[in-house]
Amino acid sequence: MSYVTLSLTLIFVLIPLVLSKTFKLGLEKDTLIAAVRSIIQLLAVGYVLQFVFDSKQMIYIVLMVLLMIVAATHNARKKGTSIKGITWKLFVTFVCIEVLTQAILLGLRITPPEAQYIISISGMVIGNSMVLGILFLNRFTAEVETNQKQTELILSLGGTPKQAIHTQLITAIKASTIPTIESQKTIGLVQLPGMMSGQIIAGADPVQAVLFQLLILFLLLTTAVTTSIMLGYLSYPTLFNERMQFLKENLAVEES
Amino acid sequence: MKDAALELKHVHFSVNGLHILKDITGVIPKGKITTLVGPSGAGKSTLFKLCNGLQTASSGDIYIKNKRIGSYEPTELRRLVGIALQEATMLSGSVMKNIAVPLTLQGKQMEKEEAAHLLEIVGLDQGFLNRDASDLSGGQRQRLSIARTLVNRPQTLLLDEITSSLDKVSQQDIEKLIVKINQEFGTTIIWITHNLEQAMSIGDYTWVMMDGELVETGPSDLLNNPSDARVKRFVKGEIE
Ligand SMILES: Nc1ncnc2c1ncn2[C@@H]1O[C@H](COP(=O)(O)OP(=O)(O)OP(=O)(O)O)[C@@H](O)[C@H]1O
Ligand SMILES: [Mg+2]
Repeated sequence: MSYVTLSLTLIFVLIPLVLSKTFKLGLEKDTLIAAVRSIIQLLAVGYVLQFVFDSKQMIYIVLMVLLMIVAATHNARKKGTSIKGITWKLFVTFVCIEVLTQAILLGLRITPPEAQYIISISGMVIGNSMVLGILFLNRFTAEVETNQKQTELILSLGGTPKQAIHTQLITAIKASTIPTIESQKTIGLVQLPGMMSGQIIAGADPVQAVLFQLLILFLLLTTAVTTSIMLGYLSYPTLFNERMQFLKENLAVEES
Repeated sequence: MKDAALELKHVHFSVNGLHILKDITGVIPKGKITTLVGPSGAGKSTLFKLCNGLQTASSGDIYIKNKRIGSYEPTELRRLVGIALQEATMLSGSVMKNIAVPLTLQGKQMEKEEAAHLLEIVGLDQGFLNRDASDLSGGQRQRLSIARTLVNRPQTLLLDEITSSLDKVSQQDIEKLIVKINQEFGTTIIWITHNLEQAMSIGDYTWVMMDGELVETGPSDLLNNPSDARVKRFVKGEIE
């Protein structure tokens, strides 16, 4: 696709602009910002990726992945209700999941050790992990908040912090991973996954595209479950001190 | 002090710059029933949470058997000093699950007979075992909460307003039960109540707290003739 054809696609930006104006939806400004930002950001990413692919140097791949993890950490921290000191826990979680998935993929030679594969798969894994992190944190903090009395009761009867928070932890892990699992049950029937569509459009064999998409789907199952569990087990100890007392003040604090 | 179940020395507690407990010093005699009274917000429940280890004093110390409570394992301390919390909180699930909690926390199981026996002690029919705990009335929850606290066989029992939702007759049942536990097992009891008559009839000793301070202590009939001016107004019902 050339820049000329791309400029024609701006029609798809114009339509919502006109509609917004006609129906006084007040969405013009945000639509414009969204369009401009996606053009700039994606083109920038495109050129950076081209540079990384051409250079064929591992260091750039690692830097690129690190950048994604930092961005994901920043985003998850900003969007999710929080627990004190969550930033580095998010970071550690994302790093572990990236290392785990790439180790399996590269170690078993499922995907070749090439920049295209490593970076695009990492992008999907880290992006998914970020969404899961936000889902988990929002649910977990809400569960802990509404069940403070139960936590206190279990502690008062001689329970440990882990026992006192167990139900909330499990509820939040389940609730945050269920959407990933559920959406995979209907995939292909209702919607074609974005990556597969992209590949098919680019001329890949549909069956090849499906096989690759399956790999990604399975990867995302691992990502979802490990993100929630890791984040859960890393973050709940912050809510207690060494005298096994519940620290309400460490819950949902806004980090500046 | 030799026959002290609990000894408090200059205990202060502050939260967010709020001075909630101020210089509490006193002795809870072993094997006796001490009633704790005072207006709402005086700091009674907070004092209980310090004794059970749910919170730690900002300064000062609490001693059990001449050992600072900080030197006990938190879980050990909480089994030694059992508390029935003011809210009689229930976990979601059956009455059976709730009464067995102290054991399940230790990886043990409770036999149905034992659970039924405990319910019987607090005056609940064993038919309740399969009921959902969230369906219980306020008074039934309080009874279940007492039974649950007894499971750990604590040496000291902290009871926070455990009869506030009960009618007169049930109140007397629970009073008899607590006196019986005190006499049979020598369990030290501290009992928070808003009912001054109850405080006098049940208590061997009474502590009066106001605005975070311990203003008067002594044999429970002190409430008939308090020396402190504020306590005089409190027993006359002029301070809520
Ligand atoms: N964690 C906390 N944060 C802020 N304030 C608190 C906290 N815990 C207790 N307080 C305050 O400390 C004071 C004493 O509370 P406490 O519950 O001990 O009173 P109480 O004597 O048990 O009252 P009541 O008879 O109504 O149960 C109250 O003013 C309460 O608002
Ligand atoms: Mg209270």
